[in-house]
Amino acid sequence: MRRSFKLLAAAATLGLALTGCGGSGDNSADTAAPASEATGSVGVFTWWADGSEKAGLDALVDVFKTDYPDLTFDNLAVAGGAGSQAKSVLAAQLKAGTPPDSFQAHAGAELQDYIDADQLEDLTGFYEENDLTSQFPADLIDRLTVDGKIYSVPSNIHRSNVVWANVDVLKDAGIDPEKPAEDLDAWIADLEKVKKSGKTPLAVAGSWTQVQLFENVLLASLGVDGYNGLWDGATDWKGEDVTKAIESYKTVLSYTNSDRDSLSDWAPATQLVQDGAAAYNLMGDWAEAKFTLDGDKAGTDYTYFPMPGTAGVFNFLADSFTLPVGAPNPAGAKAWLTTIGSAEGQTAFNKVKGSIPANTTAKTDDFSEYQKSAIDDFSKDQIVSSLAHGAAVPVAWLNELSTAVSKFGGDGNVATLQESAGATAEKFAE
Amino acid sequence: MLKRVKHWGPGLLLLAPTIILVGVFVYWLIIENFRVSLTNQHTAKPSDKYVGFDNYTNLLADPNFQHSLWNLLILTIVFLGGTLIFGFLWAWILDKPAKGEGFFRAVYLFPMAVSFIASGVVWRWLLSSLQTDQPGGERTTGLNRLLDSVGLGFLQNDWWSNPTWGIAAIAVPAIWQLSGYVMALFLAGFRGIPEELREAARIDGCSEWKLYRHVIFPQLNPVMLSAVIIIGHMSLKLFDLIRAIVPDANTYDVQVPATMMWVKYIGSDYADAAAIGMILLVLVAIVVIPYLMYTSRAEKR
Repeated sequence: MRRSFKLLAAAATLGLALTGCGGSGDNSADTAAPASEATGSVGVFTWWADGSEKAGLDALVDVFKTDYPDLTFDNLAVAGGAGSQAKSVLAAQLKAGTPPDSFQAHAGAELQDYIDADQLEDLTGFYEENDLTSQFPADLIDRLTVDGKIYSVPSNIHRSNVVWANVDVLKDAGIDPEKPAEDLDAWIADLEKVKKSGKTPLAVAGSWTQVQLFENVLLASLGVDGYNGLWDGATDWKGEDVTKAIESYKTVLSYTNSDRDSLSDWAPATQLVQDGAAAYNLMGDWAEAKFTLDGDKAGTDYTYFPMPGTAGVFNFLADSFTLPVGAPNPAGAKAWLTTIGSAEGQTAFNKVKGSIPANTTAKTDDFSEYQKSAIDDFSKDQIVSSLAHGAAVPVAWLNELSTAVSKFGGDGNVATLQESAGATAEKFAE
Repeated sequence: MLKRVKHWGPGLLLLAPTIILVGVFVYWLIIENFRVSLTNQHTAKPSDKYVGFDNYTNLLADPNFQHSLWNLLILTIVFLGGTLIFGFLWAWILDKPAKGEGFFRAVYLFPMAVSFIASGVVWRWLLSSLQTDQPGGERTTGLNRLLDSVGLGFLQNDWWSNPTWGIAAIAVPAIWQLSGYVMALFLAGFRGIPEELREAARIDGCSEWKLYRHVIFPQLNPVMLSAVIIIGHMSLKLFDLIRAIVPDANTYDVQVPATMMWVKYIGSDYADAAAIGMILLVLVAIVVIPYLMYTSRAEKR
């Protein structure tokens, strides 16, 4: 009797343990099934839960429903923290072997973790079937390709090196809004002018927006090759030019609002420019959607230009969608990816979200003025990968660098930041 | 045999679900967590290569982690000191037969009913670091604005946006929230001291101060110990309040081990996250276990 009790307890424990860690085994889904014959529901995981992002997703889903009337779309969006909340939920699902049919991830190095963990299906065949390779820019394909394979379909492209400015504040400070500063030093002189006029020169928010400012100061100061070299080891973090770049960052940071860490996200910082409390805000071009939504007019209320010193460079980040290993409905997921990659899908989505289509065949006639200029720039500019948005380095590297940049915001110690950034780069280069 | 089973069988049956659930979801997970903390799984890629205690030694040598431990120490000292002082003062005032005691008791205790997340959102605004004499100072809000408008502008400060003492500002809302609870503990302690003892002391010629020093305080010691343990272990585990007040999890100024564990986990550094978890567990155990031993001995007596 006593033994059977023990047995019962052991069995129950084992049962619980199995449900906890089971499912990670071989889940050989039939990935060969064609997308056109897919049925059932497709669960798509994103962090597009509100604002222009939600509106864009809705527009995309409408196209998907027209393309594939037999499939139902299951919205698995998780809100909060610029995707950090969603990523923790996703990490748990992938670990447990119960992935969604498709999930959102920043294209580039951020995908590396998932690829290393064998959590993503190779989509090279999918690209060939749909003739996507020729429809996406070669620069983008290069950045998506890992060891000769492609693992995700990009839905949109954003630019991180854009400065947004309040026209009236610039005029009051005696700066011509039509003629942005040409390099970093000229911009710092302009920041000084704004400071003298009594306004906050540059609005910035918490840790990740500071990292975004940091990356663009590095880019402006080191140039394209120097900046790219920071991530592949060609540029020495201990070099004098890096010291100079970090000192420039320190100068630029001294012109920012002192309550930067208290601002809840990027939007309050951009709002300072809209309200006329600050002159400039360096922000990715999702800010365009906010200006438009709030009824501001480009040219009269606000103006935009590439971060001084980075004209002719497109600091890129892109959202993309994947096919996880063990997806419950791989054929449905491929149908979803087909819609994402298609010209119609990209037009519908990007028009609303304010970004530019990754697919060069997408129609963009009725896009906004900013979007058209960004599309033009993307086709002719040099392209580099954004640090703050997971395109340049894996998440763990970005995290350590973010901590160092956040620490720098408090102590302003150039040597410490340079040393810890260098040590981090060495650690991950191995 | 059957008789013995009848004796303890029903009891075991009753306890079995709890034993199994606690066994799996607490103790087995602690063991699993410890196992992960010994591996080199620093990325999402599964890895079961054991590296011994390397993760622990690396963490303890990491200046960022040392900073988070230092923050934790400051937080705990300020949080403990603040709640004990305010809790005791309020209990002492309410202990004297005063009008409206019930009302004030409720007022002081009420903040505890609010969740850290909800109050944290309000405190984020109250603890805004912008000061009126800084550029853009006209946007100043929260406590700094309040201090300025009552003529105490020189008291304005950065609150939590300071790498050394910023964490002490996080203790302010925590003190506000839990002083009432400590007050309730002390009030129960005061009420547990029979009136006869005070009368006897007074008849023996005790001054009011000596009465407290030699009669009341010694009898409050067990209450004090409970308060220290409860507040102390809450402080060590504090996470939600910091996350609600500070928008970005990666903010260096107020990093404590619990928030650092989150950052590591989000970055798929499971081994380091697990190691930080174990260190926290040990820290909390150092506080709680002696207390459990003390109470179990007190019960036996």
